[in-house]
Amino acid sequence: MAGFAEQRPQQGSTEGAEPTATQIMKNAQQAFYYLGEDMKVRVTMELIARNGGKRTRVMTMLRRDREEAGDQKYFVYFHEPGDVRGMTFMTWKYPDRDDDRWIFVPAVDLVRRIAADDKHSSFVGSDFSYEDVSGRDVDDDDHTLVGQEQLDGRPCNVVQSIPRGPGAWTKRISWIDLESFLPLKEEYYDAQDELYRVFTADEIEVVVAGEGGGSRSYPTVTRRTMENVKTGHRTTVTYDSVSYDLGLADEDFSERRMRRPPRSWFR
Amino acid sequence: MRKAAVLFFLTAACLVTDSRRGHSEENVEVHGFILGHFAHLVPALEPCHATSSDFLVSEGRIRLDVIAWWDSIEAEVQIRGDLVADFVTNSFDVDLREAYFDYAAGDFDFRIGRQVATWGVGDVLFINDVFPKDWVSFFTGRPMEYLKLGVDGLRTRYSSRPVNAELIVLTNFTPDDIPTAPRFCVYDPFAEVARRDGQLPASTFENAELALRLYRRVGNFDVSAYFYRGFWRTPSFSPDSLPSTASLTTFYPRLSVYGVSAQGSALSGVLSLETGYYDSRDDHNGNDPSIANSQWCFLVGYQKQLWKDANVGIQYYGEVMEDYSNYRTTLPRPLPRQAEYRNVVTLRLEQLLHHQQWRLSIFAFIGLTDEDYLIRPLVTHRLSDNLLLALGANLFGGENDSTFLGQLDRNDNVYLSVRFDF
Repeated sequence: MAGFAEQRPQQGSTEGAEPTATQIMKNAQQAFYYLGEDMKVRVTMELIARNGGKRTRVMTMLRRDREEAGDQKYFVYFHEPGDVRGMTFMTWKYPDRDDDRWIFVPAVDLVRRIAADDKHSSFVGSDFSYEDVSGRDVDDDDHTLVGQEQLDGRPCNVVQSIPRGPGAWTKRISWIDLESFLPLKEEYYDAQDELYRVFTADEIEVVVAGEGGGSRSYPTVTRRTMENVKTGHRTTVTYDSVSYDLGLADEDFSERRMRRPPRSWFR
Repeated sequence: MRKAAVLFFLTAACLVTDSRRGHSEENVEVHGFILGHFAHLVPALEPCHATSSDFLVSEGRIRLDVIAWWDSIEAEVQIRGDLVADFVTNSFDVDLREAYFDYAAGDFDFRIGRQVATWGVGDVLFINDVFPKDWVSFFTGRPMEYLKLGVDGLRTRYSSRPVNAELIVLTNFTPDDIPTAPRFCVYDPFAEVARRDGQLPASTFENAELALRLYRRVGNFDVSAYFYRGFWRTPSFSPDSLPSTASLTTFYPRLSVYGVSAQGSALSGVLSLETGYYDSRDDHNGNDPSIANSQWCFLVGYQKQLWKDANVGIQYYGEVMEDYSNYRTTLPRPLPRQAEYRNVVTLRLEQLLHHQQWRLSIFAFIGLTDEDYLIRPLVTHRLSDNLLLALGANLFGGENDSTFLGQLDRNDNVYLSVRFDF
C-alpha cells in the first residue's frame, strides 16, 4: 500500500486548508475514473444471486481520457459468455451531455448506435449501472462533508451526496480514503430513503506504469463489489492485467477497432 | 464446396478435442453452439401446406467457429459453419456461414472470402443494405444472425480522419431467400405454371457487384453515403405468353442504388435517417411489367430508453415508385397492382428483467398502404451462461393475399429455440 501519495490528483486540496466536500469528490472521481492518460484491463464480472447462482462475464476494457475530468472514451470487448463473444461496445463520454454509444454485433456485422440512459441502465445485467462503470459528473450532486471515520483501519472522509435532479438514488454516503482518494465504500439510498445498494472496494493494488525515473504509481481498485441489500443480488468485479499509459490513440476508439480490435489488446 | 465443408468440420472437431486435452495451438480458438429450432404452424396444416409438415422448421444445428491468427502480422482466418440436421426433410446439410481471411496494413483492412455485410441504419428495414437476406429464417424465428446471408468477395476498408471508405466486390451473386411453396403458403399469380426455369447472374467479370460506402462523423452524427451496382435480389418472372402462360423464366434484373444515412444522439434518444434511390437499370421507363420500376425509399427512426432496461424504437418507411403511369398501363391483367406510394411503420418494445436473464420483446411491422402486418412477440430466457431458451411467434395478416406480408397470412407460426454455447 506504500506509495499512495506519489500520484496525487492535480487539483488536490490547497496547502493547509481543509478540502471542501465537492473538492473531495472531485479528487475521488479523478482517482477512481481518470487515473493515467489511458488504461487497459481484463475484467471478470460475477453476478451472484441470493441463492448462490453465479453468472460470469469476461471482457477487456480500454479507456482514454481526452482531458482530465472531461471527455473520455471507453471500449469494451466481450470474451464470455459465448453468445456475446466478440461483441464490442464503445462509449464516448461527455460530462455535460448525453454520451454517444455504439455496439458491434459480429454475427451480423452490425455497428449501430444504442440509446441508453446511463443512470438507469444496468451494465450487462449486473448491479452496476453504466454510470457506476464510467463515472458521474461531480456537479450533478450537492456534497456535504459529514465527518471523518476509520474504515478497516484507514482514515476516510465521509461525504453525503444528494442528486440535484431525479435519478436512480436519492442519497449516497461515500467513504473516501484520505491517502489514495479512492472511494472505499458507498451506500446508496432509494426513494423511500432506505439503503438498497452498497459498494465496497475489496482490494487495492498499486500499479506501476512506465519505467525508471518516468514511472508512476497508480493505486487501483482491483476487486470491488456492488450488493443490492434489498434483493440479495451482488456483483463482484475483478481486474486482471491492469496497465496504464499505453499510448492509446483517439483512433483506437473507432468503428474500425470495434469491427476488428487488434489481437495485441487481448494478450 | 461440400467436401471442403466436411473437411472443415472434421478439422474443427479435431481441434476441439485437442484443446480439451490442453494441447491446443495458442493462436487457434474453437467455439460454437448447438441450436435446436422448431417453428410450428398455428393453426396446424392449412390446405396449401398439404405436401409439407406442420413444422415450417424443425432442425438441429451444430455451429463451429474457428479463429486462427498470427501475432507477427495483423492477419486472421475465421471460419463459421453449421452442420444442419433437417427433421422435416430428414436430411443433413452443411451451411457455411462465413469463411474469410483478414489482413490489416496501415490504414487498410482487407477481408477476402465469404462474409456477412450489413449497412444502413434501419431496424429490419433495409434501403442501402443491398446484401442478401434470408427471409425464411426471419419469418420462422431463427436467431437474428440467420437473417443475413454471407456474400463471396473482397472487402477493402480505408480508415482516416477526413473520410472512411469501404468497398466490397462481390464475385458470386446470392439472391434473397424468400418463402416459397410448398413449405410456405404464398401468393403466386402463376401457380398453375409448372414449367419454370432461369438462372442466377453468372459469376463473370462484368457481373461482379460493387458496393461502396463512404462514412465519417459530421457533428454529432455518423453519416454514410452508399453506392451499389449489381442486381435486384428478388427474382423477376417473365411469362412466355399472357394470359395463357405455359412457362416462366426467372431472372434477376440489373440494379444500382445510391443513398445516404445519418444516425446520432438527438431528443434524448437515437435518431436514424436514411434514403436511397433504386435505379432499375433494365427498365428505365417502367414499361416492362416483369421488372420492378425505379423507386425512392426513405426512413426515419427513433429509439429511446423508457425506463430501466426498457427500450422503444419506432420507424417510418416510405417508398415512391417512378414512372407509375407506365407501370399502370403495361401491367397485365392477372397481376395485382402495387400502389405508387407505400408507407410502413414499425414499433419495437423491449424489456429486460431479472438482471437481463429475461428479455421480453415485441416487434410490429405494419404496412399502412398494403394493409398488412407482421407481429413478432418473443420471450428469451438465459438459464445459465451457456443455455438460452427463446419462445416466440410470427403472426402475419393483411387485407390482400398479394402483398408481401398479407400473402403469409396462413403461415402464422410459434417457435422454440434452445441454444447451448461452448
